[in-house]
Amino acid sequence: MKAAVIVFPGSNCDRDVKVALEQSIGGPVSMVWHRDTDLPPVDLIVIPGGFSYGDYLRSGAMGAHSPIMKEVAARARRGVPVLGICNGFQILTEAGLLPGVLMPNAGLKFVCKDVYLRIGQANTVFTRLYRPDQVIRLPIAHHDGNYFADAETCKALEDEGRIAMRYCSPDGEITEDANPNGSLGNIAGVLSANRTVLGLMPHPERLAEAALGGADGRAMFDGLVEALAA
Amino acid sequence: MKATVHVTLKNGVLDPQGKAVRNALGALGFDGVKGVRQGKFIELDLVETDPATARENLDAMCRQLLANTVIENYSIEILE
Repeated sequence: MKAAVIVFPGSNCDRDVKVALEQSIGGPVSMVWHRDTDLPPVDLIVIPGGFSYGDYLRSGAMGAHSPIMKEVAARARRGVPVLGICNGFQILTEAGLLPGVLMPNAGLKFVCKDVYLRIGQANTVFTRLYRPDQVIRLPIAHHDGNYFADAETCKALEDEGRIAMRYCSPDGEITEDANPNGSLGNIAGVLSANRTVLGLMPHPERLAEAALGGADGRAMFDGLVEALAA
Repeated sequence: MKATVHVTLKNGVLDPQGKAVRNALGALGFDGVKGVRQGKFIELDLVETDPATARENLDAMCRQLLANTVIENYSIEILE
């Protein structure tokens, strides 16, 4: 299986996700600079976390218009899976590849801690090794993770099973107390209509091996390899 | 030709920063402030000299980059 990680000025989780992916793939992952316009043939594209362009104007707004993003959008349209983590999620919404927007956290503070998440949709290349309603623990580290979309969009996401995961209590309850940033409906990750684009605020790559203090993120990368390895 | 763009949050979109500013004003003794909504002000210096074309271009700039129309409104003013 071949995967590419897009690197922007200000990306800071690009190498972490490369390491996590390589662990699951057992082979090298390409890094592609955002100014490039062609992308090698790959089975998976990852937009990593960080602060592309220093979050100028709005988080992800500049990165969404980097030269490489035209090709990312074209591949996504052809069904190539695209995974956006944290800043990657913000970039995918700004690029119009996912609906909604990530606003500043309701508490106006940068939040960096582990959170519990309940899997909403397990029938995707990203979440196939999780069970529906499984509770997992992953870290978040963001200032702008407050998911918002208009009522009509939220209803469509709900009806079409496109909410990949929600913030929850350790026992899986979707409560206001478990919501770290004010996201509508505790939404932590959303899918495109064909479920091949996933954006999520939590960082699976930061808990993908026991030495890091947990490995709940590993199933995402293992699942992708299982689904996409030719 | 100079132009300005105001970007503001749509009605109904929560503005925690505006709320914090309002509370801070209250703490300073300005207790007559019922609400604060914070936005962005962008000044542009354009090569274009025709106001109609400039407005058309600015509208496209706002839709594609300067504003996120999921949560924001924008207004354009052309300064001769």
